[in-house]
Amino acid sequence: MAEEKEALFSKQNRALLSDPLNDNNPISVQVLGICSALAITVQLKPALVMSIAVLFVIIASNVIVSLIRNLIPSRIRIIVQLLIVASLVILVDQVLKAYAYDVSKELSVFVGLIITNCIVMGRLEAFALANGPWKSFLDGVGNGAGYAFILVLIAFFRELLGSGKLMGFEILGHKAKTLAESTGLYAMGYENNGFMLLSPMALITVGIIIWVQRSKNRKLIEN
Amino acid sequence: MDKNSNAYTFIFAIIMVTVIAGLLAFTATSLKPLQDKNVKAEKMQNILGTIGVLGVSRDDAEVEFNKYIKQQLALKADGTVDTETNAFALSLNKEVKKDDNEQRFPLYIAEKDGKTFYVVPLFGAGLWDAIWGYVALDGDKNTIIGANFGHKGETPGLGAEITTDWFQDQFAGKSLLEDIEAGFIADNFVSVKAVKGGAKAGDDHGVDAISGGTITSDGVSDMLQERLARYLPYFKNN
Repeated sequence: MAEEKEALFSKQNRALLSDPLNDNNPISVQVLGICSALAITVQLKPALVMSIAVLFVIIASNVIVSLIRNLIPSRIRIIVQLLIVASLVILVDQVLKAYAYDVSKELSVFVGLIITNCIVMGRLEAFALANGPWKSFLDGVGNGAGYAFILVLIAFFRELLGSGKLMGFEILGHKAKTLAESTGLYAMGYENNGFMLLSPMALITVGIIIWVQRSKNRKLIEN
Repeated sequence: MDKNSNAYTFIFAIIMVTVIAGLLAFTATSLKPLQDKNVKAEKMQNILGTIGVLGVSRDDAEVEFNKYIKQQLALKADGTVDTETNAFALSLNKEVKKDDNEQRFPLYIAEKDGKTFYVVPLFGAGLWDAIWGYVALDGDKNTIIGANFGHKGETPGLGAEITTDWFQDQFAGKSLLEDIEAGFIADNFVSVKAVKGGAKAGDDHGVDAISGGTITSDGVSDMLQERLARYLPYFKNN
């Protein structure tokens, strides 16, 4: 192959990292991976763990597929990709069960759903099959981070407004059974918004994020 | 070799699958002891939780468990104790499929603050998949002092509410027998049921069912009824 020698962090490579955070964000621009964004963003902690798990799976599968891209028979390439993604997900699941049991119980079925997370397969098909391992690695980091960024953002608002907590800590004061025993905002009669805990509100939050992003980033506005 | 030939595709697939299977089998086997330890500790935490020993960390679970749980019995259907079976190692999802005569019913006898409690493990079916739990009885073997439930795949916000405090706390103080004087006979055993629309105040045998989670709630009622009835012969004689 007559590839030109390119600096590790050339402008093009930096774009691989930064594009998915804004201009080409997998959730807010490509609208992929929405199902997990709805399901595990009720609290910040599972959202963070899910982000890390997806980041790991997307980077590892991108690099592996990129390394063997010239060996994969094109007729079964989707099956091969699925197999790689599925095995990585099982690995994550097993490790969580052994070392982070509580988190694994909380994420339960959603870890398995990383397999069907369209971002992962999307990057394999669109990028890793056609590019070298280093670029694929950067692309994986970028897209994983873009996903994580939005996920954490949604979880932040949902946990704060829905349960008045962040990472399980009571930020807005303690809500007791009576007004007199409550502290912080709750003492003034503040109530948590239970709606924020339901899935539809995650969708609406995604919508608001997309709206804010488009109003800031003119490039994304379609005619 | 032609990458698009059938032979290449087959060989590639075979090698790929073998490598991945080996890798996964290795990981699963090497992490198994750690995972089993977590599951065992969680079971101990659940049992301790029903008798009011809360906030035990998983690392301390075994020590605390041995401190409070004095006896672990595997009962036969006639209420006698099978001394050859390790009650803790019994897995109910396998036991319930066996014939009554071959089934063993685990029972944990706990002592806390000088009082004796009986903890009965439960196993049944919810809407989507298995549900399970533990219920602790007071020394009279009639009054429930605590219960907790778990599930594999009930709907979050509906059936899955059986794991929440508000549902579980309702069970404390309810009783199993119609009339305690009449003793532990089948006719006198009414169990505790989750009542759709809410249990009446002062109902000793009913708790509020979960709105929108009727089938899971009924599953809990059936599970309590079916499982606890099996312990009547033992409770009668001891």
